Amino acid sequence: MSPTAKLGLLAVLALTAAAPVQAAPEAVQAYGDPAAPARLLVRGTTDIALFDPVLRLFTASHPDLRIDYEQWASNDLYDLAVAACNGTARAADLLVSSAVDQQVKLVNDGCAQPHASPATAALPAASNWRNEVFGITREPAVIVYNRALVPPDEAPASRFGLIDLLRAEDGRYDGRIATYDIEQSGLGYLFAFADSQQATTFGSVIEAFARVHAVTTCCSAELIDGVASGKYLIAYNVLGSYALDRAAKDPNIAVVAPSDYTLVLARAALIPSRAANPQAAGALIDFLVSEPGRQVLRAQHLFLDASDLRDSGLLGSESGISNLRPIPLSPVLLVGLDSQRRKHFIALWRDAFSGR
Amino acid sequence: MAEAGRATSLTLRLAVALTLLLAAGGAAVAVAAIAYGRTAAQQSYDRLLIGAARQIAEALTLQDGALYVDIPVAAFELLALAPQDRIVYAVYGPRGELVTGYPGLDGPKPDQALSTGRFTGEPVRFAAVDRRFAERALSGTVRVVVGQTLRARTELTDQITRGALIVVAAAGLLMSGLAVFAVRSSLGPLNRIERVLAARPPADLTPLGVAVPREIGTLVGTLNGFMARIDRQVAATRRLLGDASHQLRTPIAAIRAQAELAAGEPDPDRLRAIALRIHRRAVSLSRLTDQLLNHALIIHRADSVPLDLIDLRRVAMQAAEEIDHDHRAGDEPLRLDLPEEPVMARGDSLSLVEACKNLAANALRHGQAPVVLAVRRAGPLAVLAVQDAGPGIPEDHWPDAATRFARRASVSPTKVGLGLSIVAAVARAHQGEMAFGRTATGTFEARIALPLVAEDQP
Repeated sequence: MSPTAKLGLLAVLALTAAAPVQAAPEAVQAYGDPAAPARLLVRGTTDIALFDPVLRLFTASHPDLRIDYEQWASNDLYDLAVAACNGTARAADLLVSSAVDQQVKLVNDGCAQPHASPATAALPAASNWRNEVFGITREPAVIVYNRALVPPDEAPASRFGLIDLLRAEDGRYDGRIATYDIEQSGLGYLFAFADSQQATTFGSVIEAFARVHAVTTCCSAELIDGVASGKYLIAYNVLGSYALDRAAKDPNIAVVAPSDYTLVLARAALIPSRAANPQAAGALIDFLVSEPGRQVLRAQHLFLDASDLRDSGLLGSESGISNLRPIPLSPVLLVGLDSQRRKHFIALWRDAFSGR
Repeated sequence: MAEAGRATSLTLRLAVALTLLLAAGGAAVAVAAIAYGRTAAQQSYDRLLIGAARQIAEALTLQDGALYVDIPVAAFELLALAPQDRIVYAVYGPRGELVTGYPGLDGPKPDQALSTGRFTGEPVRFAAVDRRFAERALSGTVRVVVGQTLRARTELTDQITRGALIVVAAAGLLMSGLAVFAVRSSLGPLNRIERVLAARPPADLTPLGVAVPREIGTLVGTLNGFMARIDRQVAATRRLLGDASHQLRTPIAAIRAQAELAAGEPDPDRLRAIALRIHRRAVSLSRLTDQLLNHALIIHRADSVPLDLIDLRRVAMQAAEEIDHDHRAGDEPLRLDLPEEPVMARGDSLSLVEACKNLAANALRHGQAPVVLAVRRAGPLAVLAVQDAGPGIPEDHWPDAATRFARRASVSPTKVGLGLSIVAAVARAHQGEMAFGRTATGTFEARIALPLVAEDQP
């Protein structure tokens, strides 16, 4: 950690005040032969544990490649990418982020380079914008609750159920509902903004959250840990991949894909314009969207088809399948990142939560 | 070989001309198609841009006296109809300050609605929409600028251009096909003429009856004229042979009979009388031979010798001189009736003199003195006429006089009937005619009328 911290400090000292403060990665892991001639620097928001098998498999088939994986918080990752795009920070070779709106903005601002191959050409239009950013996963935004602490008849199957549950006057859920802090988490902002676009229930949800003094926190892991430990009873808009991964190990964790509608996120990968090794990054993208890569991702709950959701019991009813709402990679996502609109949206959010 | 080479180059020349024409036309249409495609794509996507900018301008509100833009998702969805294009936008307040969006865009100038600029290395089309505010808190013009990269425009341009070029190419192919067909069919009559000529028996010199387009009608006309000339010469030769065999055989047989008679005649007086008869016959035969050969020569000359500009008065004088030289002293001399000024025509002097002599000889022989050789102008015609005081040829026989008297050409030592047919042939060869008539005083005249040539003409 210390060298990276030093680097960060140096960067801070070296840059003007306008340059973003460079935080440190949350975790770092190296794959492949440490002495391999070629290097690939991957920066992602995905937890190392989830991304580990796919990188292992890829380096196994590329013995001359060493991959350094850095796990970052989504906003930090974006700030670093912008700095790298301006040439004030070292660019990664591949960026994989769940905050796909930020990835789209990076492409829109000319910070990515194109990569075209038969594998990417086979992607649907919603998963490939300009051959510069690619959707590599399918992960639903889910509700997670503690099976031991929430009675089965109270378990929410939809947002309406959740709102009704939080209307209860007994204060059982007071301070024990959690969701992303949309100021800290790019993914949390993306989901919240998508919610605001999807349905009018969003206002009721915020209102209900405010009433029970819902807690906001930075990261998926904290949300799930909190539910598992019983600190929180219900977590809203958690990324399904993490939740299902934990649910497989912890019987207390229950996962629900809201039946009114379920947002489906495709984690976005792009090759920065100043990438040192774009060929290897392109090969990794091709691998991620290939069938062998997909199988590894599926095993990590990172690539869930509608049938997977049904089979895992996530969807309460058959109608839920038609209520899947994929978030397409398109410039429309830029709207949420408009500075004024973002400020306004966050102010609205903050107002609701400061009402306690 | 050179002729054959030129023949193939006709098709080649047509092909080259058509290729150049099609290429030039195709290039012109292609340029037009590209321009049209660009304009069409530009206009349609400019409308999207303006639409999106309007939507954003509509969403402008004042909150606590400050400008607030709730960027509508619909505006971006509209722009996302060009799915592969990057989007930039900016909203500027009345003092030009950035309210939201991308800083540093080189959008349209204040008085412009559309412009083209760049954004991070890519060309971008910008549209600007102004909205005026006249509120207590805010007064002035707020400008919304929306820009988009050009991929969709380029693609649409390419698509339109490609479609147009395919049509042009198809039309070009079709036109080439039609051109080949047109060349084939317009060269077709030539082949037809060739086939007709090849299929003819060698002696057939009648005009070609092939239906041909006007353009090569002159060729066929020339060909027919050429053949007619050959035909006339062949006919003349044939006639000469026929006349000669017919007209020479009898006098020669008579001379032979007289000679045989002389061989068996013991009486010197009678022998002398026979010898005298043989001499007379021989003189007549020699004159006949002269005439036959003259006829042949004149008909040959008429078709082969170029026509000079000549004065008919000279023709008349030369003819008169030669006739006087030939004729016996006791005969009434020929009179000449010539105008003061020259009477010019195009012709072969020798033929005309010969024809004139023939007419005059006929008149002297069959008509009554005085015989007058006259030259005059008659409107567009130059006339050479021989008049005599006799009754002349009966009017019934005028139309076929030339042939009639040729046929009846007798073996008599004094009567020679070939004269008129020679005259007629000479007149025809000079684009003129032989005719008969009577003068104002009722005198019979035989004349040759030729086209008059004005004196000042070369």
